[in-house]
Amino acid sequence: MNHCSVRNVCVNAGKKVILDNVSVTISPGEWVSIVGPNGAGKSTLLSVMAGLRSSSGSVHLGDTDLADMTPRERAHHLAYLPQHPELPPDMSVSGYVLIGRNPHIPLLGSEGQRDIEILNQVLEQLSLEDFQNRTLDSLSGGELQRCHLARILAQDTPMILLDEPTTALDLGHQQQTLDLICRIRSQRELTVVMTMHDLSLAGQYSDRIILLSQGEVASEGTPKDVLNPDRLSALYGARIQVMEVDSDIVVIPTRSREF
Amino acid sequence: MSKAGPSSASPLAGRLQVSAVLIGGFACILAMGTSLAIGPASIDKTAVFKELIDRLPFIAIDSGLSPIHKSVIWEVRFPRVLLGALVGSTLAVSGASYQAVFRNPLADPYLLGAAAGAGLGATVAIVTGSGDGIGAFDMVPVLAFLGAMSAVVMTYLLGYSSGARRSPSALLLAGVAVAAFLTAIQTFIQQQNVDSIRQVYSWILGRLNTASWTEVQLLAPYALIATLVMFLSRRTLDVMRLGDTEASSVGLRPQVVRFLVIAAASLGTAASVSVSGLIAFVGIIVPHAVRLLAGTSNRIVLPLSVLYGAAFLAFVDLLGRSLVSPAEIPIGVITAFCGAPFFVVVLRTSRKALA
Ligand SMILES: Nc1ncnc2c1ncn2[C@@H]1O[C@H](COP(=O)(O)OP(=O)(O)O)[C@@H](O)[C@H]1O
Ligand SMILES: [Mg+2]
Repeated sequence: MNHCSVRNVCVNAGKKVILDNVSVTISPGEWVSIVGPNGAGKSTLLSVMAGLRSSSGSVHLGDTDLADMTPRERAHHLAYLPQHPELPPDMSVSGYVLIGRNPHIPLLGSEGQRDIEILNQVLEQLSLEDFQNRTLDSLSGGELQRCHLARILAQDTPMILLDEPTTALDLGHQQQTLDLICRIRSQRELTVVMTMHDLSLAGQYSDRIILLSQGEVASEGTPKDVLNPDRLSALYGARIQVMEVDSDIVVIPTRSREF
Repeated sequence: MSKAGPSSASPLAGRLQVSAVLIGGFACILAMGTSLAIGPASIDKTAVFKELIDRLPFIAIDSGLSPIHKSVIWEVRFPRVLLGALVGSTLAVSGASYQAVFRNPLADPYLLGAAAGAGLGATVAIVTGSGDGIGAFDMVPVLAFLGAMSAVVMTYLLGYSSGARRSPSALLLAGVAVAAFLTAIQTFIQQQNVDSIRQVYSWILGRLNTASWTEVQLLAPYALIATLVMFLSRRTLDVMRLGDTEASSVGLRPQVVRFLVIAAASLGTAASVSVSGLIAFVGIIVPHAVRLLAGTSNRIVLPLSVLYGAAFLAFVDLLGRSLVSPAEIPIGVITAFCGAPFFVVVLRTSRKALA
């Protein structure tokens, strides 16, 4: 995997500026979280990095411009999970996970031995063996999230882009999902870029944080640098304290005493 | 794998079930076999069976049939049964493909104007006297085929000039416009040539009664190529169920897939209607019955539609020519008769999916 560099990306929708001259670089093997208030442009930035949304400026993987790659070439380099993935209700778990193998199968071909091996491998890795014949509409939120991850991992790319993979989950499942990503990342030397809402979790798991606000990079660096209570309070329009518990960073909203 | 339990034996859920294939194969053989054995010329049924066995390689038994009866079987019944099965399977798999591409269970192979174009082509051929729809070197299938293909191309151009790249539903609307336009021309020509109205009608209602080996030979190459492409697209069409953005994130070009599958389905449809006239609803009834029976994955629906489409049309043709024997009910009338109520059922059961 090469550096992924986003240079001077601007995205507009009509007159509205969604991303304003954003430049960031992701190093191989890094875990980077993109955080920021609702509507800051996190999802838009991620889809630009995935090559799924056109923008002015450029996204390079190593020396290659993403715009010069075919969708298939792109899909060999990075796997992307949108914020609200489409879920055909009656699709089976294994059928869904196998979709991740698409870039490795010719257009009119079908899955080979290798694809089935990888399917079984990721199902085992995500403890989904017993679910493989279940339909997607029969899964709980946590099971579904593992299913999405399985599809992303089946794609077997050096870099994965995840849009709020933990937002719909309870505390326990959030932690399990991130632990899982952490474990798999070290096994496969994955580069992980994800958008997140939970600042504590972002601080605990990522190497680096990019804080977006109104389409611009407001701050970028290690969790300790970025998660500064004054900055966060101003940006989010909230009362926020940042503490350290057992060397883990914790971001806590606090109640106003005025009322 | 460490645990090779029974669950890892079938890693593809939504894989073709053997039972569904066997039932379909059996239905095919039953419908086609019965069709061969039944007809106005009363031929001994066991003799028909012997005659068929006799044609198998390395087997020679005497069926005891007269040369005339033999030719009834081989020159009249056999091509008709084969044509029915071929048309049925092609229309069914084309319907299933259109439904997958447009992600709409009510999409029909005639949707992009193929039927109207074929109707216009056939009408022109009939009223100009350049063909009566029977025999070799006849212009009816040729013009019907050209009409159907040009209609689909027109729909495609019109649709894409008005935004079908972003949403395929623009293509459906373009199809409605093109079909209405071509039907208007066809009706006008027909009104100007009232004397041939019977012939035009008999074509429009669909017919297999004039089938000969010529029609089989005309249809077979197109039907086989088109069906093969659709069959091979079954996995890709399942990927397309995730929508364009996600499909392209796993390396597909959605427009290319749509173009390929629509081209194959339109080719198959055009070739089918050019030899058999307009046989309605097959492309909706069969795929939907398959979904109810075996599941909704395109990996299941497409292959099974080939099999069940063949069985269905062979069976309907058998009904059409034996219910009021020796007269015949046009095959398109029977499919429409079954199809219209079926359409309502599909609409009711799929309302959830459409919402
Ligand atoms: N296609 C679009 N048309 C108009 N506005 C859009 C479009 N896509 C995103 N936006 C706007 O851009 C802003 C950023 O969106 P998004 O990237 O989804 O934010 P986030 O993921 O940070 O919550 C939002 O205000 C959203 O309304
Ligand atoms: Mg978002």
